[in-house]
Amino acid sequence: MHTSSAPVKKKDVFILTVVQNRPVARNIWQMRLSGELARLAIQPGQFVHLRCGNSLYPLLRRPISICDVDPAKEEVTLLYRVQGEGTRYFASLRSGDQVDVLGPLGSGFPVNNGQKGEEALLIGGGIGIPPLYYLSKCLRENGVKVTHLLGFNQAEDCFLLDEFQALGPTLITTLNGSLGQQGVVTDLIGGPQKHCSYVYACGPLPMLKAVANLYNETDSTVFISLEQRMGCGVGACLACVCSTPQSEYAYKKVCTDGPVFQLGEINL
Amino acid sequence: MSTGKHRLQVQLGPLKLKNPVMPASGCFGFGREYSQFYDLNCLGAIVVKAITKEPRFGNPTPRVAETPAGMLNAIGLQNPGVDQVMAEELPWLEQFDVPIIANIAGTTVEDYVYVAQKVSTAPNVAALELNISCPNVKCGGITFGTDPDIAAQLTAAVKEVAQVPLFVKLSPNVTDIVAIAQAVEEAGADGLSMINTLLGMRIDLTTKRPVLANESGGLSGPAIKPIALRMIYEVSQVVKIPIIGMGGIQSAEDVLEFFLAGASAVAIGTANFVDPYICPTIIAQLEELLDQWGVENIDELKGMGWRHAKAHT
Repeated sequence: MHTSSAPVKKKDVFILTVVQNRPVARNIWQMRLSGELARLAIQPGQFVHLRCGNSLYPLLRRPISICDVDPAKEEVTLLYRVQGEGTRYFASLRSGDQVDVLGPLGSGFPVNNGQKGEEALLIGGGIGIPPLYYLSKCLRENGVKVTHLLGFNQAEDCFLLDEFQALGPTLITTLNGSLGQQGVVTDLIGGPQKHCSYVYACGPLPMLKAVANLYNETDSTVFISLEQRMGCGVGACLACVCSTPQSEYAYKKVCTDGPVFQLGEINL
Repeated sequence: MSTGKHRLQVQLGPLKLKNPVMPASGCFGFGREYSQFYDLNCLGAIVVKAITKEPRFGNPTPRVAETPAGMLNAIGLQNPGVDQVMAEELPWLEQFDVPIIANIAGTTVEDYVYVAQKVSTAPNVAALELNISCPNVKCGGITFGTDPDIAAQLTAAVKEVAQVPLFVKLSPNVTDIVAIAQAVEEAGADGLSMINTLLGMRIDLTTKRPVLANESGGLSGPAIKPIALRMIYEVSQVVKIPIIGMGGIQSAEDVLEFFLAGASAVAIGTANFVDPYICPTIIAQLEELLDQWGVENIDELKGMGWRHAKAHT
């Protein structure tokens, strides 16, 4: 456990305090946490591994991607979907409660490749959308023009729309057409915005596969972020591996080599 | 009445350890990941991930699932193979003054013998841990660990080539673990590690299929602690060789329970995933706890559970 007398490592276990924890869409909660972790260099696309209290069930930590960072206020924001024992525990937390957080973990989206004036397309589906918010902010700071394509199931599932719109043009799809265009988010890829220098995608596997098919033979540099069940979160247990095109035995770990990979680096 | 730094020192058969706490095989890789959190020199020993003759990719994902007070895993012995472990992982561990216990696995007796012969020549390998209990590979592993005769034959074959002490890691997925323990002791094992994981399963209510791609997996964590304690309690009364106890240890109190059951050292597995600092934390807590108990050396507690029980019958 990190104490203030020891030097801060790149990643460590921190006790953070809940500043605010509230639902922002159907089953989607936003939790703001304050503490020293927020002062570390955090890459967009990195995640934190949260303990669910001291109980024996849930026992394992839960990986949640970082949605926003405010170093000045020492705050990180997480968006999570309540769907199991772990996330139900998170939803029970109140402001002032403490959370045991391991992080920041993983290798995130590279943001320094993008040059001023270049264009980036950010494609997100459902609970894959939150890390794109901090990514978009970082890209904007580097002078990159960002466009967001966001896909949801239906209108009541949508979140962060105003926040994304404040950063750049934002197009929405819903499966039932209750907001934005009816269909899936990859339906929006086409026309002029398809041909941008950088593409960043995070969402369900079918969405990532569709993105991979659309950009396979193009000049765009494409980064995708994967989701996988994890054990340790630090590369030791080999629970979250994915295979690579190199050979049968070559593999990458989603928790440390990823969750962000360049298109073609791993088998989808 | 503190005796200071020797309170935790234990003799594990032929091995002298500065303390009885080591990370368990498969839960600590080859040490690199956790060395980013603390100085591995504090550990009594390190049991590295299972090593096979050839590189193994392991099983498809999902490879883990959570259960009440535990987890299921079906990693499938993923490892870079003995040559790369010898070339990169074991030399990297030489920077630490910690004995390495090399867990070895295979699908044939020849494979085990090959790996044992190679690995026991590494300068920092202090002992081998024969994995005859991995439940997650189709051939080998557990098939060697569920029949006393087959387990004894493999133990004898590996013992013949091993240049370091040989610990045999037993499977709890048997009717009579005592018979297996006695068979491998007779075949020349220098010690036992127990227990490996218990076979289990979870089914996803949405997909209506098993959560793990391998369908079943090995159950670990606090859920299996009572089973481990009972088995160590039974086995330690009938074998003369020392036991490394493991199965759901999360605290210094748990460690003492394992000693009272008959263990001579302990390994920490799943708890590393919950708290990366668990091993140094438990080592520090053990010192304090033994001080409170007025115990000069942790070894005094070994088997006290059954020695005490027998004294009253």
